[in-house]
Amino acid sequence: MSYNINTKGYYGEFGGAFIPEMLYPNVEELRQNYLKVMAEPSFQEEFHQLLKDYVGRPSPLYFAKRLSEKYNTKVYLKREDLNHTGAHKVNNTIGQILMARRLGKTRIIAETGAGQHGVATATVCALMGLDCIVYMGEIDIARQAPNVARMKMLGAEVRPALSGSRTLKDATNEAIRDWINNPVDTHYIIGSAIGPHPYPDMVTRFQSIISEEIKWQLKEKEGQENPDYVVACIGGGSNAAGTYYHFLDDESVGIIAIEAAGKGIHSGESAATSALGKEGIIHGCKTLLMQTADGQITEPYSISAGLDYPGVGPLHSHLYKSGRGEFYSATDDEAMQAGLELTKLEGIIPAIESSHALAVFKHKTFQPEDIVVISLSGRGDKDLQNYIDYFKL
Amino acid sequence: MNRINQKLNQDKKLLSIYFTAGYPNIDDTISIIQNLEQSGVDMIEIGLPFSDPLADGPTIQASSTAALKNGMTTEKLFEQLKDIRKSVSIPLIIMGYFNPVLQYGVEAFCKKCQEIGIDGLILPDLPADVYDEEYKAIFEKYGLINVFLITPQTSEERIRYIDSISNGFIYMVSSASTTGAQSGFGEEQTNYFERISKMNLKNPQIVGFGISNNETFTQATKFTKGAIIGSAFIKYLTANGISNIDKFTKTILKK
Ligand SMILES: Cc1ncc(COP(=O)(O)O)c(C=O)c1O
Repeated sequence: MSYNINTKGYYGEFGGAFIPEMLYPNVEELRQNYLKVMAEPSFQEEFHQLLKDYVGRPSPLYFAKRLSEKYNTKVYLKREDLNHTGAHKVNNTIGQILMARRLGKTRIIAETGAGQHGVATATVCALMGLDCIVYMGEIDIARQAPNVARMKMLGAEVRPALSGSRTLKDATNEAIRDWINNPVDTHYIIGSAIGPHPYPDMVTRFQSIISEEIKWQLKEKEGQENPDYVVACIGGGSNAAGTYYHFLDDESVGIIAIEAAGKGIHSGESAATSALGKEGIIHGCKTLLMQTADGQITEPYSISAGLDYPGVGPLHSHLYKSGRGEFYSATDDEAMQAGLELTKLEGIIPAIESSHALAVFKHKTFQPEDIVVISLSGRGDKDLQNYIDYFKL
Repeated sequence: MNRINQKLNQDKKLLSIYFTAGYPNIDDTISIIQNLEQSGVDMIEIGLPFSDPLADGPTIQASSTAALKNGMTTEKLFEQLKDIRKSVSIPLIIMGYFNPVLQYGVEAFCKKCQEIGIDGLILPDLPADVYDEEYKAIFEKYGLINVFLITPQTSEERIRYIDSISNGFIYMVSSASTTGAQSGFGEEQTNYFERISKMNLKNPQIVGFGISNNETFTQATKFTKGAIIGSAFIKYLTANGISNIDKFTKTILKK
């Protein structure tokens, strides 16, 4: 079985481009050009130069000795938290801003939930001197004030999404509507491996630098390129897609996905899409999503704003349905405890999203000789207030 | 012959009206349809509300959110419409997004539409090529006409393709926008309407998005078969309720 995208833009039965005709020219322009542009040597050179000098890549692959001792296995952390702007999101925004420039676009739009992708987009727009408009749910704007301030300082305009449930999915709707209204000069930088084809594939390719580095870094440290497991949290699934990418077709590498269970899968307040979702269409993509029996998209919940999305990218639906990936979900409490544990054992405060990946040990026991690589997708600075409130620090 | 095709054969400019089922009140569906027909409207688009209507502007979004809050569902709409053909004879089209149809089951949905006497569907996020490959046969089996959108950005080649797989009319979106975004037509739109009319497509064109009064209706239909009004009608319902629908139609047609 292949786990890569086919020529029609599907991973197995998932993916495609279910978009209104108004978006067709925009998406089609991108579809026809993205692989060609990415293959240009000048593009690759500029992309890698920026990843190195601006983002600070390669991000370290860190052997977490005390965590390994605690769980009696070999744990490596892929340190995306050390990237400029504090998360993996910037790998994608650097790639897409270069794409936008080559397509002659002068205006950038994005959606954001927690504000991490919004900050990463505002950052590259400042870097390139392009206009930037970030859509953010009215409720999230209130919850994520520091990131809103960062975006504004970077010169972006933050527009509140006032429709529907006024969170990430509505911000995404508003960004898509903006694109419908500005079909010629605007590029939409989607923040995860979601949306109509070719977005999931393009975002995955930009994020695949994560697993590309893991391979040679592990070779240096362990004398082998492949770990036994790669572990990542899944919101829309971009850090996970990047972490899995170069291991997808090698079935000796176990793929583990951790979703946000919120207050418990069956609590009615959860974002565990693979467990609760059904196949359907969200934001132009056929994938698993949380919805009513009637096909209305429902509002997820997680303590982590970055995992608060009612769907997952089509690659992950395929990994789930085909059995290639092992899917677990971590509750708010499990994630918060795992985050605190990493802080105490290794001196690293993780983003709450990444804390979900670290909660893998609550769900799976590894062998002492197993090599387990966990994507530490972001740092916890943005979540400090959440941790403080939760632990009454 | 399908009621839509019969209507398109009439020698007049057609006025089609969109409303969101379940708005302003859950049980208004039937009286809105009956009143629209009596007021002289030629065709009706019944909006099946969706939580995430990507192609719609604020007015239709808000009416959809309200309709869902009022308790509108696919099942409920079908239940309300079950006897509609006893009192209404103009073409009826259901307009909605693809996910609710997919969850109901595409074939079951089409079958139900035929039983009720629905003549066509408009599903903006069901792309032409997917329809062509996967669903065309099912729609045709149940006698349903599927209507596709084109915009000023749609290439000539794609317009020809869409024309080739359509068997009713083509929904011409007046400008690059979501619904309700516009307050009048300029030269750019008129040129676009004329350009398309000169393509001699096999399907007539009906213009939608941004039509709100007699002036825009007249401009839109100069080169086309008709026009569709959505947001302006929803705004009218919001302000006036459902009692004087004929007044709205009269201002559009200036009768
Ligand atoms: C640090 C971090 N990790 C993970 C995510 C989840 O996104 P994805 O699933 O696309 O990696 C986010 C989203 O905001 C994030 O900020």
